[in-house]
Amino acid sequence: MSSLSPTLGVGGAILALVLAMSLAAPWIAPYPTTEQHMLERLKPPGARFLLGTDQYGRDLLSRTLFGARPALGLGLGAVALGLALGVPIGLTAGYVGGRLDDLVMRVVDAMLAFPSLLLALLIITALGASTGHALLAIGVANGPGIARIVRSATLALREAEFVLAARARGERHLYVMFGEIFPNVLAPVIVEATLRIGFAILAGASLSFLGLGVQPPAADWGLMIREARQYVFLSPWPLLAPGTALAFTIVAFNLFGDGLRDRLGAT
Amino acid sequence: MPPPVLDVRALSVQFETKEGPLRVLRDVSLQVAPGETFGLAGESGSGKTTLGYTILQALAPTARVTGGAILFEGRDLLGVSEDELRRIRGRRIAMVYQDPRSALNPTTRIGAQIAEVLEIHERAPARAAGRRAQELLELVNIADPASVARRYPHELSGGMQQRAVIAMALAGGPSLLILDEPTTGLDVTTQARILELVADLKRRVGAAILYISHDLAVIAQVADRVGVLYAGELVEVGPTADLFAQPVHPYTRGLLDALPHLDGLRGLVPIEGRIPRLTDLPPGCVFAPRCDFVAPACTAATPALETVAPERRARCVRWPTVLATPRRSTAAAIAPETVASDAPLLAFEHVSKYFGGAGAVARWLGIGAPPVRAVDDVSFDVRADEVVALVGESGCGKTTLGRLAVRLLRPTAGRVRFAAPKPTDAQIVFQHPDSSLNPMKRIGPSLARPLVLRGLRRRERGRRVRELLEAVRLDPDYGARRPAALSGGEKQRVAIARALAMAPQFVVLDEPVSALDVSTQASIIRLLAELRRTLGASYLMISHDLSLVRHVAARVGVMYLGRLVEIGAVDEVFRAPSHPYTRALRSAVPRPDPAVPGRPIRLEGSVPSAQHPPAGCRFHTRCPQKIGRVCEEAEPPWARASPTHWIACHIPIAELSRSSEEARP
Repeated sequence: MSSLSPTLGVGGAILALVLAMSLAAPWIAPYPTTEQHMLERLKPPGARFLLGTDQYGRDLLSRTLFGARPALGLGLGAVALGLALGVPIGLTAGYVGGRLDDLVMRVVDAMLAFPSLLLALLIITALGASTGHALLAIGVANGPGIARIVRSATLALREAEFVLAARARGERHLYVMFGEIFPNVLAPVIVEATLRIGFAILAGASLSFLGLGVQPPAADWGLMIREARQYVFLSPWPLLAPGTALAFTIVAFNLFGDGLRDRLGAT
Repeated sequence: MPPPVLDVRALSVQFETKEGPLRVLRDVSLQVAPGETFGLAGESGSGKTTLGYTILQALAPTARVTGGAILFEGRDLLGVSEDELRRIRGRRIAMVYQDPRSALNPTTRIGAQIAEVLEIHERAPARAAGRRAQELLELVNIADPASVARRYPHELSGGMQQRAVIAMALAGGPSLLILDEPTTGLDVTTQARILELVADLKRRVGAAILYISHDLAVIAQVADRVGVLYAGELVEVGPTADLFAQPVHPYTRGLLDALPHLDGLRGLVPIEGRIPRLTDLPPGCVFAPRCDFVAPACTAATPALETVAPERRARCVRWPTVLATPRRSTAAAIAPETVASDAPLLAFEHVSKYFGGAGAVARWLGIGAPPVRAVDDVSFDVRADEVVALVGESGCGKTTLGRLAVRLLRPTAGRVRFAAPKPTDAQIVFQHPDSSLNPMKRIGPSLARPLVLRGLRRRERGRRVRELLEAVRLDPDYGARRPAALSGGEKQRVAIARALAMAPQFVVLDEPVSALDVSTQASIIRLLAELRRTLGASYLMISHDLSLVRHVAARVGVMYLGRLVEIGAVDEVFRAPSHPYTRALRSAVPRPDPAVPGRPIRLEGSVPSAQHPPAGCRFHTRCPQKIGRVCEEAEPPWARASPTHWIACHIPIAELSRSSEEARP
């Protein structure tokens, strides 16, 4: 118990690396992300361009480093939005119970039954394609799942004696929910949120790949994969660099989340 | 004397933990002869359950036997192979645990489960096994074995389940039966029947029985010899009658003095201090830090288990002095004064509380389940400066009534009138110390929060939190601790302090000590009595423990299946005339005195469902004094036995007085 578990350690190490890369990108990236080297297009890795170049002769290493920023921003932002929606809904439904709980949970079920990417597509179709809208769409799609987790954890605590004691001394319901119950559902919520960040990054990359998220010429992994698709037979590097970064980041979040689950004893 | 079936010799067991080895059992020796019941008594942390597991060789992987031997029918179990153990376990040695629900497979019928044991151990053919299963059910006093054999575990009451588990344990024809707290989760009337069964089994089966329990009163009723375990050491062993009549070890004495007595005159003397941590045991005698008789010799070396009388041994160097000192028995200090005023502080007026049930339309159509009638038309009041107790078995509605009193629930019908200025002048202390404190909050903030509600400033709050901790006898530095670092008794003290922080006029105590050890119970009860005097508050104490109630309450109400059946001053409820249910309940309480054998009045069947309560008197289905049709058809009227004593029964008061007198002195 006292030693670091392998899942938590490996996941945490990769995440730290990705975070450091995204923060330090302006200093460590060898070229500006949009600088085109017209004579050096679709180059394999070499001394000048460590990971090669894309079809416009842009440095893949620089673009992959900078690409971590929208990925992390979108993943964290979308999950934060999902928490902002799901936590109050789940707490309220679980705490109040009865008809309200039935009603809220049926709506949540309906939203969960709806494919989340489709939901995101709907929102973006209505609002227009942009990074902000992609974040909004993925965040909203995450809300119901988080609400469900919070609700079931709340339900288990609703009749706990310390909660009853708080009600008996006349606490406001908001205080009982956020002051007494919420600290005790935090552990499962943190685990769930960590696991969801990985999926949110993937969803963001998918939207960018479809042209509905981050817009060119920005450096974004999903967008890079989209643009590299046509040239994959000429050079695999524009596809491999962002693809590998994306895969590692998502796996890292999942490992980290699983490790946290074991550590915090949450289910 | 025949050779013992079980001969534990100088057994030591330790658990490896992060904080170092936990020496859970040290140098424990005991023998159980065939046909003998050995009662092993101990509080939580004494190691009694570990001993049971060690005998079965079913210890956790972190545990290690560091010395001694466990001779079973002459062979050392510590040396036999895994194969051999499998043949012994379940067949030659059987164990029954506290919770029958987890011992039974919920998806298999009772008969089939018992038959399965027979098929495995005796390779009995299926049909013969089925017949034998029914015989075993009959052996454990199940009236209709054929029908019970066909039922699933969830279709049986807790007492029936436990009997089925005992039947299963007997299936292999064991020569040693280990019963680990077999009645702890059961109601007192059910417990009485299980104890009767255990006493009978000895005669009928001839097995050696090791009966493990925290409850000395229960052990007094079933055991031939008793061993008392404290912090991993056997401190005293002797024949039951001698040990209870004249305990030698100060700890045994303390335990017996801490027990509440049904007569309300003796007991509830707390043992100060707490059980030592097994990671840093005190030098010499483990009980020395809490002992009244401690002398320099006590801490010099671990005392040996000396023979103090024929067949009696105790681990105490000062035993002659202990024996020469008369025992303390001062329960009077906590007896409540009966100076209550006439004005009701809290009044229940025809209060009912129903849970669930189908909607009005479904009920009108005749489909859907009826609601559970947890509380049904109950009226009584609690006056200012008074302690009223509610007693009854699980499911009688006493907890629901307590929650109605502090507005955690709204009545379905009737009303709860509270005469204090603020609704929050009614507070509640709950049963489970582990659940009553928020695990994520330190003690200080938990106690400060009620003060925030009362509008105290930050500085005053800090001072008041220290005062509250002091009032419940905890060091001020407890404010910085988390609940996980506290013992059960300490947590309950904090929960009491938290309720007191609201300066209540009325406190509901919902089984405030039932989850605590005997020695802790006594000190909490005393604390509550003392706090009430300084606060001038009224208590509504909810308890299943009649002995305890006798000590603390001025008036007692008895509940059965959602109804109040009797209410009166404490002495009135504990003597004739009584409601037949009160009588049965009283007779079922085990006495910590083997000289007074229990003669429990048998209640047939189990408590009916509160969804379909019987018509007429709710108790008529089980009443040993039922007089006829009137009990099944008419609601019993309230009859006045004295200006303060009321009984809801069709039998005239004069008759009730007679029938109670012949039952028990």
